[in-house]
Formats: sequence, C-alpha cells, structure tokens
Amino acid sequence: MRRYDKNGPLAMGFNLIFLVFILAPLVVVCLVAFTDKGYLSLPRDGLSLRWFVAILDHPEFIDAFWYSIYLAIGSATLAVMLAVPAAIATARYRFPGRGLVMAFFMSPLMVPHVVLGVAFLSYLSRLGWAGTYLGLVACHIILIMPYALRLVLASVTGMDRSAEAAARSLGATRWVTFRRVTVPLILPGVTGGWVLAFITSFDELTMTIFIASPSSTTLPVRMYQHITETIDPLIASVSAVIIFITMVMMIILDRIFGLDKLLVGK
Amino acid sequence: MKTWLPPYLLNGPALLIFVVMLVVPMVMTLILSFNSFDFYGGIQEDYGWHNYLEVVKDSYFHEIFARTYGIAIAVTLICIIIGAPEAYILSRMSKTWRSLCLLAILGPLLISVIVRTLGWALLIGNNGVINEVLLGVGIIETPLKMMFTTGGIVVALVHVLVPFMVLSVWTTLQKLDPQVESAALSLGASHFTTLRRVVLPQVMPGVLAGSLIVFALTASAFATPSILGGRRLKVVATTAYDEYLNTLNWPLGAAIAVILLIANVVVVMSYNRYVERKYAAVFD
Repeated sequence: MRRYDKNGPLAMGFNLIFLVFILAPLVVVCLVAFTDKGYLSLPRDGLSLRWFVAILDHPEFIDAFWYSIYLAIGSATLAVMLAVPAAIATARYRFPGRGLVMAFFMSPLMVPHVVLGVAFLSYLSRLGWAGTYLGLVACHIILIMPYALRLVLASVTGMDRSAEAAARSLGATRWVTFRRVTVPLILPGVTGGWVLAFITSFDELTMTIFIASPSSTTLPVRMYQHITETIDPLIASVSAVIIFITMVMMIILDRIFGLDKLLVGK
Repeated sequence: MKTWLPPYLLNGPALLIFVVMLVVPMVMTLILSFNSFDFYGGIQEDYGWHNYLEVVKDSYFHEIFARTYGIAIAVTLICIIIGAPEAYILSRMSKTWRSLCLLAILGPLLISVIVRTLGWALLIGNNGVINEVLLGVGIIETPLKMMFTTGGIVVALVHVLVPFMVLSVWTTLQKLDPQVESAALSLGASHFTTLRRVVLPQVMPGVLAGSLIVFALTASAFATPSILGGRRLKVVATTAYDEYLNTLNWPLGAAIAVILLIANVVVVMSYNRYVERKYAAVFD
C-alpha cells in the first residue's frame, strides 16, 4: 500500500468503528438467515440453508418480488422516456418558465413519501384505479422522475454537439441524427438514470403501502406486513437475498459509473 | 414551426403526467383536509378548519409532533458529529481504500430501508444479538430494553441517513484545494487549528446541505419508527398512516399530511435562505 494515507491511528480507529456501525445490521441479517434453529438466533451449531429453502414454501414473497420487478421496470422505463425529451428541452432551449419547469419536476423530492401516499390513495380510489398496475406505475413515475431526470440531464448537458452538426451537414435527417448520434452519446446517463429509478421504485415502501392492494403487493410492502406480525428467520433470509442481489448490482454500477457519481448525480 | 414551441412540446408529456398525477392529487388532499368525518356516515361534504384545530389543540398530537421533531434534531446532530469527520478521513485515504470504504458506506443507500431496519430489530431486540452477547459474556443479568424506545429509533435512523451526510460533505471536500491545508500547516498552524480555521469553514456548506436532507427525511420517516417504535411510540408519518388505514378518518389524516408537508417546506426554504445569505460570498 502506498503511503498516500494521511490518517493517524485515531482516525483509522474512527473509520473502523464507523464501518462496523454501517455494516453490522446487514451482516446480522445475513448471519441470522443461515441459522439452523427454528427461531431467531445466530448460527452457533452450524450453518443451514433451511430458511432459504423455506422461502420457496411462501409464494407470497416470490409473487411480491416479481410484482416489484414488473412495477420497477414499467415505471423506470416510462420515467426515462419522459425525462429524455424534458432534459433536451431544458439543456438546449431558453424558454420562459425553464427554471420553474425543472423545479416542478424535482419537487417530488421535497414531498414526504407519506404525503404522496395519502394523496395518491384518495385520488386513485376516486378514479377506481386503486391497487391496479397502471395506477401504481403512474404514482411511481412521479416518485422516481427526479432521479431519472437528474442523470439524463447531466448527460445531455455534457454531450458534445459537434457530432450532431456533422451528421446533419452530411445529410442525415433529424430523426436519423437523433437515433444514430444523440441516443448513443447520452446512453450512459440514460442507463444510469434508469437503474437509479429502477432501484428507487423497487425499494419504495412508504408511499406504496398506501396504494397497494392484496393483489398488487410489492416486496417491501409484503415484508413490512410480515415484520409487523412476526420477526422470524424467514424474513431474514428474504432480506439476505435482497442484500445479495443489491450488492451484485452495486458492484456492477460502481464499475460502470462510480457509485458516488451516480448518487450525487454529476 | 414557431421557435418557442419545441421546448414546450418536449416537456409536454412529462408536464401532463405531473399535473394529472401530482398537482391534482395534492390539491384534492388539501380540500379533503377541510372536510369532516363521521364514524357512521364517512366523509362529509363540508368545509372548515376543525381537523387542523384538533391537531393544534389535542395534547396527543403535540406529543407526536414533539417526538418527531425531537428525533429529527437528534438524528441530524449525530449525523453531523459522526458523518463529517468520516468524510474528512475518507478524503485523506489512499485511493484503493477510499473506494472500498465509499462502497461500504454508500452501498446501503441502495438497499431497502426495511432490510436495514430489520437488521436493527435483530440487533436490539430483547432476544437480539446485542443482548444475546452481553448475557452470554455475563455483563448484564437481564436483557436491556432497546427495542420500542426512542433511542433505538434514533440509532437506526442515524444508520439509515448518515450516508447522505458523508456524501454531502465528501462532495464539498473534493472541491477543496489541498494546498490551502498544506499552506496552513507549513505556516505553523497546528493540525487542530488547521481543521478548525481552514477546513471546517470550507466544508460548512456541505454539512448544512447534508443536515437539510437528513432532517427532512427523518421528520417524514415511516418504516423505521413504525417497526422499531411499535404501536405506542408514534411519529407524524405513522399517525397519518393509522388515520388513513386503521381509523379510516381520511380528512384528519390528510390534515396531518398537509401540516407535515408545510413544516418540511418551511424548514427547507428558510434553511436555504439562511445558507444563501451566509455563504453568498462562497457561491459567487
């Protein structure tokens, strides 16, 4: 290790304690998931996969997992499709109300999710859309739009426009230029925005719990309902699976984009 | 085609769905919060301030709001105290270590809050890991009560939200010129003086931005207080949830939600104004 590290022993100790604090709850979830006991306990007499096998006997978790995946794919895709033209408008045109429109699209970040949940529940039930897939997608689009837009906007603003000008001067139509030049250039930002939107939608609990019905329950909602009744090794093994999937995605994201850049949105 | 038209056409689809799915529901919630509720007749079509008066007058709600904002202040302070130094330590690490530590600290942001809260429930429960270890070693005779306490909620919320503080301070630190720090040191300032007089003032905008995020998210947190606080230790978000889905008093739930939203917006706005005035020179 090169001596770039300027921290003294005290700082290193602090860093260690901080990391333990951050990782301890996640490690404990994974350990308890491997218990061989029938109750909550650390695996002391040996590791066992019995609680992972037990997930297969609980189709309600598996159904909720797939519902969450479909919901996140649907809403992230639509949010990005709305974000790309909005980002192009904001990055390339000066028009009255430009700042206001941007602030409007970012405003869901300022509204507590429980307030969105309250508002969406009364609205959807009045429309008769409560608990439907389309209703949930529409609500999730609002929630994840700021995350998608921020990354898409950064890539549109940062892109070099001379390639577009070259394509146009060589006789490409507007549409061909957009599809063959603009889209490939902004694709990394669009992908990053989609992934962040997908994860946000997949993880969301507080707003979704208001609008989900028994037939449209997402995985976080199902887990919340389970935890409020009982905390058992089963819920730990479901959580361990989520942690594992998220970690794999995270390492891929970090390799492609850099996790700090993705989360700051620059 | 007129030149002013394209940007509006490009924004059109997103604007349309935002008006239909955000503005209309919010306005309807505001209207609903003025309706009254009857246990037999349901929601009544009348208008008045009674839901707001109930929240303002009833000591039951005073306690809930006091607890919520007390927790928010405590969590924000702890996040500053442990998050800002951690970001500084990260900035002084070698590159390899730093990216590993950043991954470990920021990664949990992508894991559902419910999983992280479950981790704390497993740690601090009466039969949880901490009690299991302490009892096993023989430090304590009876299990410590940490589940269903305000302290437990605060610790878990710090865990959930401190990555935002680290991230915010870390971003500010990256913009700093490390030579300024070296200059202070070479001019004879001690490490502590350099930290206090050179580094700290420059990272203050990051600390303030981080505090704002942490405070706003704690004040409206739902899952963590609900799971670790149980039925008794209610906060504003869980109260609105109960009014909506258990008592079915939607107008009162809507009024609580509107108050929470306004309180959040007021805090964020006044904080921004304060920061802008104080750091106008830095941002220009």
